[in-house]
Order: sequence, then structure tokens, then C-alpha cells
Amino acid sequence: MSAGARSVSVALGGSEVLHHVDLDAPAGSVTAVVGGDGAGKSTLLRCLVGELTPSAGEIRRPDRALIGYMPATSGSWRQLTVDENVAFVGRAFGMSAESIEQRRTALLRRAGLSTAADRLAGALSGGMRQKLGFVMAVIHEPELLVLDEPSTGVDPVSRVELWRLISEAAIGGAAVVMTTSYLDEAERARSISVLDGGRVIAAGTRGEIIGSFPGSIAAPDRATVQERSWRRGGAVREWHPHGSTADGSLGPGDIEFEDAVIAHLLAARAASRRTAGT
Amino acid sequence: MWAMVIKEFRELKRDRRTMGMLIGLPILLLVIFGYAADFGVDDVSTAVVGTGADEIAGQLPAFFRVVEIDPTGTAQDATDDLVDNRADAAILTGDRRLLVDGSSLFTAQATVAAARGAGDRFDVEVLFNPDLETSWVMVPGLIGLIMTFIGTIVTSLGLVRERQDGTLEQLAVMPFRSSDVIVGKIAPYFLLAYLDMVAVTVLGSLLFGVPFAGSIVLFGIGAAIFLLVVLGLGVLISTISENQGQAIQTAMFFVMPQILLSGMIFPLTSMPWGVRWIGYLLPLTYFIQISTGILLRGAGFGSLWVAYVVLSVMAVIVFGGALLRFRRDLAPKLRSAPAVEAVST
Repeated sequence: MSAGARSVSVALGGSEVLHHVDLDAPAGSVTAVVGGDGAGKSTLLRCLVGELTPSAGEIRRPDRALIGYMPATSGSWRQLTVDENVAFVGRAFGMSAESIEQRRTALLRRAGLSTAADRLAGALSGGMRQKLGFVMAVIHEPELLVLDEPSTGVDPVSRVELWRLISEAAIGGAAVVMTTSYLDEAERARSISVLDGGRVIAAGTRGEIIGSFPGSIAAPDRATVQERSWRRGGAVREWHPHGSTADGSLGPGDIEFEDAVIAHLLAARAASRRTAGT
Repeated sequence: MWAMVIKEFRELKRDRRTMGMLIGLPILLLVIFGYAADFGVDDVSTAVVGTGADEIAGQLPAFFRVVEIDPTGTAQDATDDLVDNRADAAILTGDRRLLVDGSSLFTAQATVAAARGAGDRFDVEVLFNPDLETSWVMVPGLIGLIMTFIGTIVTSLGLVRERQDGTLEQLAVMPFRSSDVIVGKIAPYFLLAYLDMVAVTVLGSLLFGVPFAGSIVLFGIGAAIFLLVVLGLGVLISTISENQGQAIQTAMFFVMPQILLSGMIFPLTSMPWGVRWIGYLLPLTYFIQISTGILLRGAGFGSLWVAYVVLSVMAVIVFGGALLRFRRDLAPKLRSAPAVEAVST
């Protein structure tokens, strides 16, 4: 099934934190939601899993028993062991003891948590707890898998394994929606939504996002407009709004995903300032 | 250093509960101890039973505040007056006996002292607690206090931990009904507190010889109703606390007055009405009436029904309100607007 949101708005505490957000999460693929702090990523995920009801718009999702959710806090119970956490979630989703045991053994091994099965979740490192949260979210093979910053705090090697597990869930037919602050991770998703200030400012495949920002990106020797420039390793990048001419503009093949996302963000904020000024 | 001091004051200013404890608790303690902490007994409610009751009642010192004159009554009627808590003392005119309710410790001590001061006019007989053991009076109150601690503090801590650890949102999206989560969370605390109540009651009997004169079933029902009230308070506290520190602070505001104003330590009747009315709003006040009545006096429902009714009303209001609030927290905007959600199976 396809899950997602159509023109969803959410008001919390009297202010709107999501504005007419669209998101499509087809079965069998990974959809990444990226954005800065306070962009509305977690709020969108909470709507998707049914923890929040939008003030407007439409949410498509399967029945609760077919949703797997990993909150940003990993969602594990600190006073339960790794085994007990997984078993509790399995029982909550109506799995048989035998199924729980089979899935638990396989998933913990894949997540590198087999040796920690008897440790309390509260005694795990941040990265291990994130992996436990992932195992808990997928134990019942959900149709919709929603992951809030699953790789935050996970070491680079474990992150590779975590991504393998996420990909396997998608290959198995799940619609996976995840938020991440790591743009290199987001690139691996089939489709990406970039949120800023509660609005989707770009969406599509990696190539579509790289090809759709307004204006151009230049690689000058030194920044000419500080508020529109940033560093990429030892080099400087500078966004020039649509209509301006820029010497040394990068061609589509030279623009990296992260640069394109920054250009989208700068363009969105410039447009927002123009709107506020009129 | 000044930067540290200013930072600390800023944090304190924004931590309203700590400020409340810093300012409110000392005032509360001062008022309570100032007005309520009074072991003195000015008078004792007295029934005068038997032939010539009118005449003898008229001759009694003012300390014996006559609440009933029954010239045709028997010794059993006088004892019933004490069991049903209609009077703290009863004078049997026929054999010139003064029966004293030993379950009201300070009142009984004052009554015995007053009777002795009046010479050999009456033979004094202390019922229900003949040796005026403090432990016999304290244990029934402690049973309630222990349930209050578990129900209010431990329950609120357990529930707040879910919010603090971020697992409440996990529970909210799992395929549980709200009632499953609420009952599943609260039932263990109910059972543990109930087991504690049984353990303290049995230990009180074994270690201190506290009697169990009344109905076990009636006592068990009273304890269960009381437990619902204090568990409800615990749940309510959890819904207004973001972390365990806040929960403990808030719980202290509920627990402290119960210790001091329920009649467990200071006799309610010795408190001025300005403070006493608070005691009548507290659930422990009524549980102590039940536990003391059943354990020591062997009182039945007929004499304790008011306490049962008040506790039941409190249970419905407090526990019901707590469940509604917890349910709201568990599922904040719980699937309340299906019109905007297309959920397929």
C-alpha cells in the first residue's frame, strides 16, 4: 500500500507548524524527510503514525497493527532488557511466541545486538539503543515503517548495517519513511522531501532535487555574498538567485546533493522574505 | 560566581513548582503545625446510659460533653455508642462504670486522666485498646499512609517515566486500546499497594498485637476504594508532570497534608475549624475512620457507611478524572477527526 500525506497542516500551541505538506511513501521504497531543527519533520511523522491528527489535510496509512514506529528517543523501555523490549512489542502486535523468537534472533544478529540481548536498554550506548529501536519497529514486519532520525548517534560502521536493514525492509514491501539530518543518507532514499519552516520546499528523487533549485551555484575562489555562500571541504560554493548571471557556475553533473538542498533552502528563505516585505 | 548566582535565580524563577515548595510549603507547615498540632483534648463526647441518666448527666464536669442521655439503655447500648463512634465515652449509671473508646488514643488518655481526677466516682474501663497502646492506633493509619505513598508517589513516578523516556508516544501508536494501556499501567501498582496493605496489616498484628476485630471483607473493600482514590491522585500528578522530579514535588503537596491533617497524628476534633475542614477533604481521613473502626472497634458498615460513601464519591471523581486526563495524554488528538484521515487496512 501507499502511505502519505496530502495538504496536511498541523497547528500546535496556537501556531501552525506544518503548512499544506504533501508526502508520498510508496510501498517497497524509502522516502527520506530532511530539514533543519524545527522544520516539522517529527511532527509530520507523528501525523503519519496517528499520534497527531492534522488540523487540515489527509493522511493515508494502514491500520495501526501494520505500522512500525521508531521515535527519536528510540522508544525502548530502559528498565527492560533488549530481549524483553523486543518481546513486549512483538506481543503487543499479536505475534506468536515462536514468531517473536525467530524474528528476534535474526534481527538482533543483523543489528549486532545478539551479545547484548540480556542487557538493560538503559545500559546501552546511544547507537545500540537506536538499533534496538529499529528492531522493535520492524519485529512485526509492518507495511508502513516510520523512523525518526534512526541513525543519530550510531557509529559509521553500524550505520551501514542499519541502512542495510532499512533497505531490506523496503525490499520486503514496506513503505519506509524516515527523517534524517544526514544528507548523505537521504541521498540513498528513492525520494526525498526537504522541509523548512513546516513547508515542503523541494521533493523528488535525488536528481530531481539537484535539477530543480532556482538560480545557479557557483564555485568562486572566495565568497562574494556571505549570506549565500558556504564551504564544501576546501572549496567555496555560492548560490545565485534565478536571473542573476554567475561566472563559474557549476554544471548539473558537478552539483552535489547537499549543495542543491542548501540552494533550495536559501531560495525558499529569500522568497519568504520577499513575501513578508510585500 | 555572580554569574552562577544569577543563573540559579533565573532557573528558580522559571521553576514554579520549586518556588511553590520554597514559599508554599513553609507557610503550609507553619499554619498546620501552628493550628493543627494540638494533642490537647478540651472535652469528650459522652453518652450517659441507665437509670438516673438525666440526673447524673447534670452532675458531670464540663469536660464530659454529654451527647446522649438514655435512661432505658443497657451496657450493650453504651458499647454500641462507642463502636459506632457516636461517643468517645459512655457512663453506665447502674454499675457506675465509665467506658472509654481506646481507639481514640489522646481522647481516651485525657478521659482516663479526667476520671481519675474526679476520684473513685466511676470504674474506668478502656475498650478496644485496653493498654492504650500507641501502636494499635498508629498501625491502622500507617496502612493508609503506605497505600497513599505507593498510590500517589510510586504510581506517578512510574507513569511519568514513560513520558520522560519517550515511550508514551510509542505506546500511543501501538495497537492497544487506551483502556489496555491505562489498566495495564495501573493494575500492577494497585496489586502491589494492596499486597503491601495486607503485609502491613498482618505484620501489625504479629509484631504489635494489633487486633482485627471486624470484617475482613469490609476492610478489603474499603482499602480497594481508598486505593482507587490515591492511585487516581498518582495518575493525575503524572499528567501534570514532565519528569520524575516534578512528580515527587507535586506529590508532596498531596501527601504532606494527609499525614498531618487526617487525624492520624493529631486528633481532628482538637483542630480549629479553619484547618479541620481541610482534613475532611482528604481521603486518608476517611480510610483511617474505616481501618480504626474495623480493626480496633469491630465496627460494621452501619456505622462506617459515611466514610465508604465519601471515599466512593472521591474515587469516582478523582480516578475518573485521572483516567480521562491520562487518556488524553496517551492519544492527544486521538484519531478524533477521522474525516481528515484515510486509514486503510
